[in-house]
Amino acid sequence: MSQEPPEDTTGIRERRLHPVTPLRRAWAPIAILLGWAVHDMDQAQRQLAQLTATTLAIGLGVLVPAAALYGFLTWWFTHFAVTDTELRIRTGLLFRRTAHIRLERLQAVDVTQPLLARFVGVAKLKLDVVGADKKDELAYLGEKEARDLRAELLARAAGFAPESAREVGEAPAQQILHTPPRMLAVALLLTGTPWAMLLAAVAVPGFLWFATHNLWTVIAVGVPLFGGAFTNSAGRFIKEYDWTVGESPDGLRIDHGLLDRVHETVPPGRVQTVRIVEPLLWRRHGWVRVELHVAGSANSVLVPVAPREHAEDVVARVLPGVAVPKPADFTAAPRRARWCVPFWWRAYGVAVTETAFAARHGLLQRCLSVVPHAKVQSVRVTQGPWERFWRVADLHLDTGANKTVTARLRDAQEAAELLRGQADRSRTGRRDARPDRWMAGPRQKAPHGE
Amino acid sequence: MPVGAPSVTSSVTSSETEPAWTGLPPGLLKLRRLLLVLWLVPLTVAVGVLLQILAGPAWAAFALIPLALLLWGWPMLGRNWRSWRYAERADDLLLSRGVLWHEETIVPYGRMQLVEVTSGPLERKFGLASLQLHTAAAATDATIPGLAPAEAERLRDRLTELGEARSAGL
Repeated sequence: MSQEPPEDTTGIRERRLHPVTPLRRAWAPIAILLGWAVHDMDQAQRQLAQLTATTLAIGLGVLVPAAALYGFLTWWFTHFAVTDTELRIRTGLLFRRTAHIRLERLQAVDVTQPLLARFVGVAKLKLDVVGADKKDELAYLGEKEARDLRAELLARAAGFAPESAREVGEAPAQQILHTPPRMLAVALLLTGTPWAMLLAAVAVPGFLWFATHNLWTVIAVGVPLFGGAFTNSAGRFIKEYDWTVGESPDGLRIDHGLLDRVHETVPPGRVQTVRIVEPLLWRRHGWVRVELHVAGSANSVLVPVAPREHAEDVVARVLPGVAVPKPADFTAAPRRARWCVPFWWRAYGVAVTETAFAARHGLLQRCLSVVPHAKVQSVRVTQGPWERFWRVADLHLDTGANKTVTARLRDAQEAAELLRGQADRSRTGRRDARPDRWMAGPRQKAPHGE
Repeated sequence: MPVGAPSVTSSVTSSETEPAWTGLPPGLLKLRRLLLVLWLVPLTVAVGVLLQILAGPAWAAFALIPLALLLWGWPMLGRNWRSWRYAERADDLLLSRGVLWHEETIVPYGRMQLVEVTSGPLERKFGLASLQLHTAAAATDATIPGLAPAEAERLRDRLTELGEARSAGL
């Protein structure tokens, strides 16, 4: 065959995915058929009754091999290889696609195991790269192979010598936080969104029933609403079950999931911003949620729920050298800001430390964003006419994760000073940052002490 | 990292003193005013004539609305044009714009990923070009419109050069 991979011509070993992969592809035609049947149930039943045994057999006899062939061919034509600096993926049956992923630009590596894949013992490897609009993934690999590949990719990205990269193996991880299921359940019960959605899911179809007496309308509206309420409550519990945050020389490890297991790895120095959210009802327990933003990555939860001290401890490890500012460190917005944003102006505040910029907002659900100076891409001050009348201005810090940290309603003079000062801090802050290849270079140092 | 001690002292002094601002050449103002006139004068005439014929002279007074827009827009465009200015400092680019909604942006040279010079057909006719800076943050909206092409190219080359010298990645 002309498409045969060039085995070992350049010392690069091309590999194929796990042999169960074709089964995943074979699902597609069956799913389409099922979708059609559910979509139009009456007609599907009528059609089914008309079918004779022979047509059914012929249909299956054509469909199943065709699906199997499609699955087999896509598997056959998908190759990947790890070189010293890149992960190369070649794929595509009709439209060939070759992706070369530069390892030093790697932002995060996830190993995920959907429920069915867990039974078979395979896993998916997802890679986050800056600028790619979708994750590149290798699905499926053998469980052990996926873990070894992740270790190898991280070792190469870290700058280990190519010949030793394969032997470095999995870096030892040290658990720094674990969320007990009870705490997670209580925290979810104390969150407003699922309750609001549940209320809407009961009230809206009920109202519609009285208004229209049409069962189909009620079902059409009620099912998505209940679905939303489910994903926001039980779905979140299943997803965030057994949340474990660990630390290793490779970076941050996040493992979670009851049915689908997800193992994320965020290499050091990739975190752009961290957000600490404190919903109203959690305040009595002193719990917070922590979100982190990494360039090119969609997953954002770092800690679903944890006591504040533990959460701040985790943040200190995620952003080395950055301490979360205490409430006393914040300077509040000037009093005249109440004419721009009544009540909520009290919650606005900023704190600038040597290593990071922090802004808080939110009166009921308190929200605190921290961005290291080294991660700021550009700084802006905006001022509308009403704000100018009251001599206040907003300060925006843009980061690489497409998140903007905003400090609202600062005194105009102060905002101008913050703007100039932040530009200088952001420029100089980068000098102490770790290199992209975090284990290479002169600043080779051991991970944090225990 | 090539940035040494001298740049720190220079940046301290530059952040204390007011930077040297550069405004935009008058070509952009001419272009925008021309567009304003080209849109609103025919609109005034069309509304006036049509309403005069169809509804009567009293209704034709509605033609005064586009006329008023024209008379109000003329100085407004001037104010907006005057508000646009930029300054090249030792380590970053300063951009200031807007009258009612004022915005001031600072982009460190080291954070620039891409510098773009664009010029549409109308802009080319008037000898104008726009310069756009991209950083890793999509929210960075740093565009300088209506530059003379030579100035835009000079800025592009200078910014690229400075960006390479101070490159900092993500």
